[in-house]
Amino acid sequence: MEIGLTQVLIAVAYLIFGPLLGGLLAGIDRKITAKMQGRFGPPILQPFYDVRKLFEKEPVTINTGQDFYVMCCLIFMIITGVLFFIGENLLLIMFTLTTAGAFLVIAAYCSNSPYSQVGASRELLQMMAYEPMVLLMAVGMYMINHSFYVKDIVTGDKLSFVYLIGMFIGYLFILTIKFRKSPFDLSLSHHAHQELVKGVTTEFSGRTLAALEISHWYENIFLLGFLFLFFANGTWLLALIGVVVCLLAYFLEILIDNGYARMKWQFTLKSSWFVTIIFGGLNLVLLYFFGSFELL
Amino acid sequence: MSFITKSPWIIHYDGSSCNGCDIEVLACLTPMYDVERFGIINTGNPKHADIFLVTGSVNEQNISVVKQIYEQMLEPKVVVAIGICATSGGIFRECYNISGGIDTVIPVDVYVPGCAARPEAIIDGVVKGLGVLAEKKEKLSERLKRDYIESDDLLDPLDDEIEIKVYGVQDAADAADGKEEA
Ligand code: SF4
Repeated sequence: MEIGLTQVLIAVAYLIFGPLLGGLLAGIDRKITAKMQGRFGPPILQPFYDVRKLFEKEPVTINTGQDFYVMCCLIFMIITGVLFFIGENLLLIMFTLTTAGAFLVIAAYCSNSPYSQVGASRELLQMMAYEPMVLLMAVGMYMINHSFYVKDIVTGDKLSFVYLIGMFIGYLFILTIKFRKSPFDLSLSHHAHQELVKGVTTEFSGRTLAALEISHWYENIFLLGFLFLFFANGTWLLALIGVVVCLLAYFLEILIDNGYARMKWQFTLKSSWFVTIIFGGLNLVLLYFFGSFELL
Repeated sequence: MSFITKSPWIIHYDGSSCNGCDIEVLACLTPMYDVERFGIINTGNPKHADIFLVTGSVNEQNISVVKQIYEQMLEPKVVVAIGICATSGGIFRECYNISGGIDTVIPVDVYVPGCAARPEAIIDGVVKGLGVLAEKKEKLSERLKRDYIESDDLLDPLDDEIEIKVYGVQDAADAADGKEEA
């Protein structure tokens, strides 16, 4: 795929507005969560204050490797988002996304802290739980649009949501893992005051923690972009519907987050594979046999 | 302007106490008082925390614990002693195993008296701590700037020879090699 001026502009826009939107989303998330719990909640801009604060802290790291790995995690997350929004190949995007996740795991593993190690193992388990669904989705998108390129999927005239409704449900399920929301926030939770639940970030501090937070903002925007893909068929009406569904899905995740306690990793793994096989797998099988029929 | 006052994360440790103050600290997190309004988050991790809330006094067993939490926290950091036990030993002061208030072990910046200290007083103490935090932050950035300039003089990344001198380890290794050769 040739890189034109538009692609460069989109990439720059994502670099700037990705974290802005992501941070804003996190702030709204915290506000809504507080309201759900009958509290007043922090200001909407609180996540930005937090990250600014982390940059003001004394720079201390366990070892130089850790900083490097977390930076790699951030960089690969940005690459993932950029590739996605300029319309690159879905398989490549998934590969970079996994690489970002792997760097986070390595960063957590490279300290001796048992909490950090447990967090890293749990992060690996989570990756095992959500990765099959992500791959199935790429296959599903290919079967509908006959292309792995995001650009073709967005402009393709078929509405993926209608054909891939099972995948859509499966994706919503693993979004809970990816957004790090209860009941699946095993390796890292945002509202926790226990060492174990801070998992992978136990040994991160100051700038390193801030970098990880920013990479989450980038990631969240990318994940919502992926959700949008189900609705994109080149028309403005469906684009609007897609954005609304993205916001609704995020609200749903907040609701689930507040409604459930943390589950064990066994449940996380089993339930997400169950959902993947039942909804994703069945969807794929149906698509294989009846995919050539025109539904819409 | 300092952002640290807008997002003070706390860590809470309860020493030798009747748990009264402990519960009052937790009460600050409830919808009634909701300290998250001020961006305050209760972390369980000293490395993430800016403010150390200690309730209860220090005894022989927890001296090392209090010290360790304090040392693991990164600058700028503030210690707030909550309740009369934490400020002076309180009702446990005369016990054979009690060494007194928190300030017998680590430097304390803000004292919140009361038995038990009310959540309003605790929030007030934390807000007072924010002023100290901002001051310490200024000092830290000055120190970091100075360190940076000094290290800049010594450590020019393009100049390998100087780098060896700074670390010293290589020098020692070279010297050892030289000795062997000789
Ligand atoms: S100050 Fe009073 S309420 Fe607080 S821990 Fe000590 S004895 Fe308990």
